[in-house]
Order: sequence, then structure tokens, then C-alpha cells
Amino acid sequence: MTDAAVVVTDVSRKFEATQALDNVSFETRHGELFGLVGPDGAGKSTLFRILTTLIVPDSGTATVLGLDVVKDLWAIRSRVGYMPGRFSLYGDLTVRENLEFFASVFGTTVQEGYDLIAPVYRQIEMFNDRRADALSGGMKQKLALSCALVHRPDILFLDEPTTGVDAVSRREFWDQLDILRKSGLTIIVSTPYMDEVMRCDRIALMQSGRILQIDAPGEIGSHYPLPLVEVIGPDRYRMLLALRRSPYAHSVYPFGIGLHFTDNRSGHDPSRSANEVKSYLEGEGFTGVQARPIAAGIEDRFMDLMPQVQRVS
Amino acid sequence: MTAPATISPEPAIVAHELTRQFGKFTAVDHISFDVKAGEVFGFLGANGAGKTTAIKMLTGLLAPTSGDARIAGLDLKTETEQIRRRIGYMSQRFSLYEDLTVLENIELYGGIYGLTDRQIADRAKVMLETLGLTDELVGKLPLGWKQKLAFSVALLHEPAVVFLDEPTGGVDPITRRQFWEMIYATAEKGTTVFVTTHYMDEAEYCDRISIMVDGRIATIGTPLELKQQWNVPTIDELFVRLVRPK
Repeated sequence: MTDAAVVVTDVSRKFEATQALDNVSFETRHGELFGLVGPDGAGKSTLFRILTTLIVPDSGTATVLGLDVVKDLWAIRSRVGYMPGRFSLYGDLTVRENLEFFASVFGTTVQEGYDLIAPVYRQIEMFNDRRADALSGGMKQKLALSCALVHRPDILFLDEPTTGVDAVSRREFWDQLDILRKSGLTIIVSTPYMDEVMRCDRIALMQSGRILQIDAPGEIGSHYPLPLVEVIGPDRYRMLLALRRSPYAHSVYPFGIGLHFTDNRSGHDPSRSANEVKSYLEGEGFTGVQARPIAAGIEDRFMDLMPQVQRVS
Repeated sequence: MTAPATISPEPAIVAHELTRQFGKFTAVDHISFDVKAGEVFGFLGANGAGKTTAIKMLTGLLAPTSGDARIAGLDLKTETEQIRRRIGYMSQRFSLYEDLTVLENIELYGGIYGLTDRQIADRAKVMLETLGLTDELVGKLPLGWKQKLAFSVALLHEPAVVFLDEPTGGVDPITRRQFWEMIYATAEKGTTVFVTTHYMDEAEYCDRISIMVDGRIATIGTPLELKQQWNVPTIDELFVRLVRPK
């Protein structure tokens, strides 16, 4: 047995006409914080449901902690923690009752799991007698995480825990994952926000049921195949339209405060490309333009890997 | 985007001491701000800061406890009905009918907005061409297309102001940017765009933004002004600092 926590091999799953997962394969290691990154419809939730034994794949195999997701489902269920994408606690039970319920289902008590859930649970403990329905979004999320952890699972599956959550609460949630990871827990987490996965050990980019690339988040951009230039200047929208007409434009997109211009000449010196972009825009009448070569980020690479059919605008 | 010179100088939105209480809780606490015509205005804030309550008031769905506002030159309290005809709205939750086709949705909303059959037919044709859509069941469209279609439908009656409440949640990065290009193109035509988002990079795409904290507007200005004023490298940093002061 290797040190793999999860092994997914050629897994496919269809829902009526939709190919939710299309020959997906990957492995995650014990103690790893592994991120599945992609938009709605990428197949992230389907993958989680297969790994938590709620549905079975049409084809392919998957193991969790060395156990087969189809044959060994009962053994797997007691060892995984799962936080589904939709809030799925009991709204008319209180905070404490929810926690006690989830502990009892797994034959344990809140006390036994307390030290593990404490960093999260302490933040909502003062609302112990409040009904779960009456909690704010951020507090519901903390309760759901506590409930997923209370039976001391060996692996934790978090399906879009930060979707629709504001930027500050998202940061705090990732701080909590850091703490959990340090306790040795294996965590697989999905998100549509590409800027928040830098704290994962490795990430898989997913789109339309397929994995596009797997690597450490800091390395994903190094696979970008073409010169990339950041362009900053006034009147961004007109600048974007002008750059799309330029002869060497592979793609031009708004990015943060500026634009990302991808040169269609593979191997072309990025500094020269930046100078050419600046001259081109000045020739088009733009002033105050800054252009500099930059390293690609996760979103740049994701967009580059997206199937061509998706790009038609 | 900078508003063309042809746009009337009257602001698209003027909020004055707008306040809403629920029992003892003050969800929106005396907020005052202007949004210029043709501006892309980013309305940011943490969950529970009062954004949704403010938007409900500005769109005439919820009466303010006190304060007033003018939308597209109309008084929020006395001209609510007229305001509804001059604004468009699209929410994070998809608002079109999934079991109707694209054209059926356009016809339905065109009818609600009081457009003539001719206007509906003309605008539907342009919309399908611009979006590159065929007339299929809306439920079968990918999320990104649904969102782009919902935005177009919210513009069907050529409103003065369009409110977009987290329009890009869960959408892939290319579609998200295409959506923003639609926003720019809409603003170029003079329509004011009032948008909320949890993507902090999108905050940088706005002409001006405000950040709401505990029912109040904590800061307002262009992204560049705010970064200089607060001495932060990104709006993300500013957001964190305002929402969770150390």
C-alpha cells in the first residue's frame, strides 16, 4: 500500500445526458490539503459524492484510505467527514443538538471530539441554544464543519465551503483548515474561487467533468505556454478592445486593476512583447500605458486550458 | 467606464440618510451616496453588512424606515412604480424560467415590461445574435450562459439603472470576464450598473466602489483612490482591514 489517501482511477459518471465526470484519475497523499478548483458543473460535487459512498461511478474505481468506495462503503462512512455544498444540518435543532446528533450517529460524544473541533466550535459555542436556522451564513458554516469533524474522521471532504461567503470569512475559513491540517488530517476541499487555493499543497483544475491539470498551486502558472503581459492604463475597456485587434493577440482579458495580454508567438521574449504592446497602444492614441511581462497565475492557466468550445463569446 | 458626454449630469442614484430597521436591529444605518449616470458602481460588504437590505430599498421592494433616495431622477417614496419601470434587476439566484425556452423567457419579460410585440421581436433577435444563443430550453444552458442571458433580459426594457446582485458566483473565469465585458458595454451605452460581488478582483473592475460595514458605508471612491487613501496594495486588503479591524 502506498501513502495515498485517495486513489481515483478512470472514474466516469453520467446523469441523464450530462457527463458529470469523464474519465477522472488522481491520487492524494495522507496529510495533504488537496484542492479541487473549478466552476459550477465541473464535477466537483459528483466526485465528492462518489468518494463519500453516496453514489457509485458508472465506470472506473476509487479507494479512500485503501477502501473501495463500492464494496467497503460502511467501513469508509465511519472514517470520513463530509461537509456538503448545501447547508444540510437540522434547522429546527439547536447548535448543541446538531453537534450531539452527529456525534451519536457515529457512536461518540461531543466531549470525545472536543479538542479537534474546538478551534472552530468555540466561535459558535455561545450560540449553543440557538436553532441552526437562525444562524448567520458564517456561523452555519462553522457549525457544519464542527459536525463533520466531531467523530474524528481520518479524512475530511469539504464541498465548496466558501461559496457565497465574503472575502474575510473565506480567509478565516482557510486559517481554520491550516490548523486542521497541522493536526495531520487529510483534507480535500473544492472551490470556485481560484485566488484562495494558494494554501493547498496541490490542486486539480476541473472543468466539464475533466481534470485539466494537477500541481502545487505555485507551479500551475509555470505550465503557461505563451508570453504574458500585464497592461495597466486609463480607459481599460477601450484598451481591451484595441488590444484584441492587435496582430499578436492570443487573448486579452481584464485582470485585477489591468489587463492580461497573451502573445500568440510561443517563445517570443516577454519583455519585447511588453514593449511592443506599449508601442501599439500609444500608436492607437492611448497615453499613460504601463506594460510589463508577468508570470501566469492559476486563473491564467485555467482559462488557457479550458476547452475551445467554451471560449466562443 | 467614463460616461459619454451626452449623458445627463443628474446622478443615477442619490441616497440620502437611507435607513432601515428591523425591530431594534438597524440593518442599514443612514447611508448617503451618489452614483453617476453610466458609472459601474461596486457595492461591497461582508455577509450581513446590510447590502441586500440596501438594494431592496433602492429597487423599491422594501420601504425605508427613514431617509430618502432618487433613482433615475425619480423619488423612491412617491414614484416607486415609475422607478420599477426604469430599473433592471438580476440576482445571484437565476431569475429566468428554466422550463421555458430562451425566446419564451424574452417574450414573457418583454410583456411584463410593457414592450410592444415588435420591440420584443427586434430585441430578441439582437440578443440571440449577440449572445450566440439558439432558442433552446433555458434549463439546458450552462450556468454562465444563463447568467449572461439573465443580464440581457434585465436590460430588455433599456433601464436607466441595472442592479446585479452577485451575478458571477460559481461562473468559470472566462465567462466571468465575458460578463464583465457585457457590463462595460452596457455602461458605455449610458446605463448605470450597480453590482455586488465576492470576487475582490472584480472590485478593481469598477469605476467606483463602496464598502459597507455594519449597516454603514465605511469608505467610497475609485479603487485607486481608496488604495492610496488607506495605503493598501489591493481592495482585498482594504476589505479585510475595514471588515475585521484589529
